[in-house]
Amino acid sequence: MATQAVPQLERREPLWTRIPVLTHVRMSVGVQRVMLVVGLSLTGIFLVLAVFAPLMAPFGYSQIADASGGFPTQDPPSAKHLWGTTVGGFDVFSRVVWGAQTAVLVIVVAVALSIFAGVALGLASGYIGGWLDRILVVIADAVYAFPSLLVAIVMSIVISHGQSSLWGGIFAAAISITVVFIPQYFRVVRAEAIRLKAEPFVESAKVIGASSWRIMARHIFRNATRSIPLIFTLNASEAILTLAGLGFLGFGIEPTSASEWGFDLNKAISDVTAGIWWTGVFPGLAIVLTVLGLTLVGESMNDLSDAKLRARGRKRTTTAGAKGARTAAPQGVSSPESEGGKA
Amino acid sequence: MTALTETPPEAAGLPTPTAKRKGGGGLATYLVIRFLLIFPTILILVTLVFFLMRITGDPITAALGGRLPADQLEIRIHEAGYDRPLLVQYFEYLGQVFTGNFGRTISDNRAVTEMLTTFGTATLELAINALIVAFIVGIPLGMIAAHRRDKGTDAGLRVFAILSYATPVFFAGLLLKLVFSVWLAWLPVDGRASTSTELSLGSLAAPTGVYWLDALRSGNLTAFWDVERHAVLPALALGLLTAGVFLRLVRTNLIGTLGKDYVEAGRSRGVSEFRLVTKHAYKPALIPIITIMGLQIALLLGGAVLTETTFEWKGLGFQLAQYLTARDFVAVQGIVVLLAVIVAVTNFIVDVVAALIDPRVRY
Amino acid sequence: MSEQLDVRSSAPAETVLDIDDLEVSFATDTGEVRAVRGVSLDVRAGEVVAVVGESGSGKTVTAKTILGLLPETATSSGAVVIKGQNVVALTPAKLRELRGRDVAMVFQEPSTALNPVFTVGWQIMEGLRAHRARGGGGKGGRRVGRKEARERAVEALRKVGIPDPEKRVDYYPHQFSGGQKQRVVIAAALALDPELIVADEPTTALDVTVQAEILELLRDLRDLYGTSIVLITHNMGVVADLADRVVVMYQGEVVEEAPVRTLFAEPRDDYTRRLLAAVPHLGRDSASEGATERLHQGGEVLVEAKELEIVYPGRLGSPAFRAVDGVSFTVSAGEVFGLVGESGSGKTTIGRAIAGLNRATGGSLSVLGHEMVGFSERAFRPLRKDIGFVFQDPAASFNPQLTIGECVAEPLVVHLDLEPAQLRRRVGELLESVQLPASYASRYPHELSGGQRQRASLARALALEPRLLIADEPTSALDVSVQAKVLELFREIQAELGFAALFISHDLAVVDQLSHWVGVLYKGRLVEQGIGSRVMNAPQDEYTKRLIASLPVPDPVEQAERRKAHRALLGG
Repeated sequence: MATQAVPQLERREPLWTRIPVLTHVRMSVGVQRVMLVVGLSLTGIFLVLAVFAPLMAPFGYSQIADASGGFPTQDPPSAKHLWGTTVGGFDVFSRVVWGAQTAVLVIVVAVALSIFAGVALGLASGYIGGWLDRILVVIADAVYAFPSLLVAIVMSIVISHGQSSLWGGIFAAAISITVVFIPQYFRVVRAEAIRLKAEPFVESAKVIGASSWRIMARHIFRNATRSIPLIFTLNASEAILTLAGLGFLGFGIEPTSASEWGFDLNKAISDVTAGIWWTGVFPGLAIVLTVLGLTLVGESMNDLSDAKLRARGRKRTTTAGAKGARTAAPQGVSSPESEGGKA
Repeated sequence: MTALTETPPEAAGLPTPTAKRKGGGGLATYLVIRFLLIFPTILILVTLVFFLMRITGDPITAALGGRLPADQLEIRIHEAGYDRPLLVQYFEYLGQVFTGNFGRTISDNRAVTEMLTTFGTATLELAINALIVAFIVGIPLGMIAAHRRDKGTDAGLRVFAILSYATPVFFAGLLLKLVFSVWLAWLPVDGRASTSTELSLGSLAAPTGVYWLDALRSGNLTAFWDVERHAVLPALALGLLTAGVFLRLVRTNLIGTLGKDYVEAGRSRGVSEFRLVTKHAYKPALIPIITIMGLQIALLLGGAVLTETTFEWKGLGFQLAQYLTARDFVAVQGIVVLLAVIVAVTNFIVDVVAALIDPRVRY
Repeated sequence: MSEQLDVRSSAPAETVLDIDDLEVSFATDTGEVRAVRGVSLDVRAGEVVAVVGESGSGKTVTAKTILGLLPETATSSGAVVIKGQNVVALTPAKLRELRGRDVAMVFQEPSTALNPVFTVGWQIMEGLRAHRARGGGGKGGRRVGRKEARERAVEALRKVGIPDPEKRVDYYPHQFSGGQKQRVVIAAALALDPELIVADEPTTALDVTVQAEILELLRDLRDLYGTSIVLITHNMGVVADLADRVVVMYQGEVVEEAPVRTLFAEPRDDYTRRLLAAVPHLGRDSASEGATERLHQGGEVLVEAKELEIVYPGRLGSPAFRAVDGVSFTVSAGEVFGLVGESGSGKTTIGRAIAGLNRATGGSLSVLGHEMVGFSERAFRPLRKDIGFVFQDPAASFNPQLTIGECVAEPLVVHLDLEPAQLRRRVGELLESVQLPASYASRYPHELSGGQRQRASLARALALEPRLLIADEPTSALDVSVQAKVLELFREIQAELGFAALFISHDLAVVDQLSHWVGVLYKGRLVEQGIGSRVMNAPQDEYTKRLIASLPVPDPVEQAERRKAHRALLGG
């Protein structure tokens, strides 16, 4: 996911210490390490479920009968159906497992498409400016300001008219989410490009006589996309939520083509009134834990990349507050700055 | 739901009101320009929605295709004018929208405008209830989190904020229902009021559509109590999740301003930490907070759609889901356009408020 | 006020601040950093004690400790005694009572030390109302009423020379100029009549003419009210102007302490001696010493500005800003042209216009024979190899993702077609020419110190052996000892290679050290130009006179004379 190294990294360390997530774990302490490790574990479980769904799910996502006959409907958790069955006779546990697969597919397609389009448009818009910039900004702002769920609904109508097969449904959902995300990447990358354009190192390239193309590729692109891994994890969780929202409104993927958590929750609403909790609680928890995992990873990485937010271990503690990071090293402490004569 | 990437306004390229108008004096100019900007925003959205929804076919086929014989479908399409060139239809639609006429729904054949006003008040009521919860919970907690930064309290509040983000509003609603309505049986399961209350409120002369207001006006305290009991769970579900967003927003921005020299300067004069947080740091932080809160209106409306469906709260969101199921895209388009207008107008108001708070703009 | 009230002579004055064996350390990523190591010093009533040192000396940390303003990552030990109370060990409530009442602080950057969304009066009153009135005695004192607080805020503003304070008390910070803002910050510090004021680089963010006014104000505080001042600064001129006693800090320790005249006349410590030697001194070491006519006039004219105008268009209703207005000058081959001016004078704008980073909008600006008014980037690009540019901030002028070698090689890559091996060799030579080891080519910018980065920046600017070098405040982000070395290097290389240079700086002494010919800019107009040493010694223009008189020189005896002259100039 993240090939961009965080710039503070030393160069001569072995490769494995420079893989972003690992360096983050090594860098973290205390609460932040707990957050990161919990997040990574949840995300790991989610990925494992998605990849090995065919092996781990006892039944198919649309299976309502096996050799011993049809499944009971709305059956409470039992030895055979660990998390019970739904009103349609689906096995809840199996559907939750298969749902992970659907979610991963949607995230991968959606985030890949939107990063590509958003970054390209943002760079061009920010660095080149002019009328192209103005038009793109107006459109992006309009879409950004609009409830993203509604954008996804409209897009989903456009793509599939609401009806969908597995891949059709996944692409419809993914592209709907892409349209929501492009403006977000666009805004972030564009703002970065504009900020970088005024940076002395870009100006110095300009003074040297480097071409616009060279400046964009060599100086702006790599610096403007530094925050992309962070946005990626945050947006992956958002993609899951949007997908679930679409499914909840009946605009997702048909239960017979794939399993989708939001759709199951929609069906569970009426069950709840009758006190049937297992059909809703398990897919709901699946969403919450998956999003939680991704968010924790994203947030910790965000905090750790920002020296100001990083908690620091303290050796001696005399004043109140065990772990404080209220300010970065105050001016006057940065000892490497004081040049020790001619080297 | 969604849209919680915590990009500060500058980084996200938001039009920060102060940056735009250095040199003061231009407040009036700014307000006028900002007001005029509403229209292109709405126009763009209406245009996008219109063409996107028409690219793949006409609304009649979408709603009734397969249910009517082909020749009858043809006739209906011709009657509605959907066989004319798209551009002609577009300009006709623009003219209609301009005069507040959104056409008639296909599934239940009622005027879209009437449908919007009927159900709009319910959505408004839900949104306001939720906002109240979000403000009461989110802002003080955000202040506490910023003040107790990196301590236990902050960590706990952060977990709440992340959980509130990770929980889809319909799942939160489902859990609340399960616990408070089904297991504890303290509160009604769904709806805006009991049937008897609905009937008595419906018989009012000139009802506002906001139930608690109508109940109070008619002096019917039983009805008022009933309405309030129905309002609690939806308001909590949507409100608490929005509170999580507000909490983070306040926390992030307060931490930013708490690190500023002027706060340190206040501290050096002996001002108490409480006052530094609630006054010295909070007011400057308020400008970005308000600006971003404006953007959260979109999030709140998106959440309202889902909350209404969960609690059978008969507002625009509930109707939207119904019309989506019925593939009635004329009605869907009407609702989407109305929400677009609401978002555009709210953002305008928010920008004006943010500008008025900032003395650098006023003087 | 010209006659000093000699507070010091009135018997052994009471000690208002006593720091004893102070240790402060910070928890950082790389482990514990000891910022202050065993510092002891004391301040007596009515005394100005300057704490001087370069970055990393621990002077700012020491200052913050006096008010108990250290961040939570800091641990401190030792004693900081004010009125019998040890600040290091005080409870937060006691500390809060002490702040503002017994000791107050003046900050470096007045525009950030004032809250932009509250009136200045409100901010001063906040400090007043946070304390019980004095004289009431202990807990019995009452809170200051709103009306009284306002009166005292007006009074404080009047004390610091804000005109029309009754009205201005309701103004917001952005309605004041930079110097006035610093006066307001001082007023806020004075509001509760503390005996001690800690001023952390109080004039560093200000222009030199404004600095002179603020220094005058601080001196008045000491003379008229007997306020003691701890002056934290890196500027030896300011020390010479204001301090009674000087404490020199280096890497967290006090290396020398002496009365101001003794320190400048006979510095004992080795570091102090090196520091004083590195400080540029106006009128000494001038590049144009003894010159009677403009040098290098036989050579080709590389830059010629005629009635140059640069206007920034206004945004949304605000009027256009005329940054440069009718400026004419020439820079000939081999000449170092020094452009000096305060902030907003247009000096940077001119430099950037010559390099094609800003558009020149009127008049004529010819660079290497190419007209820059209405220029096209495409036509100008081939000429860029003859122009080098050194930016102010060495940290920001290198792409953090590239090595120093890649950065220095960039001009070679863009304009020449070299083999990788040739390229490497050339980069190595360039680095060595600026006295950096060739092995630094593989380092990243953040692995170099500020001074090293600025050398690398010079190497990059010189990579193509340009005919013209533009240096925009190249040393103002550096410590004074580092600055001296970079300036020396610049001088040597310029003498050796003989390129023409436009040297832009706000620092008159630095400009004079390097430039043959000096132009003085004021509000976009070139008010005076001439041979450097002549402009400095016998300025003709009124503004230049004021500018030069405002500059404090690092010599207390000479500065006392200059101060009198300055007062006379302002009075007459």
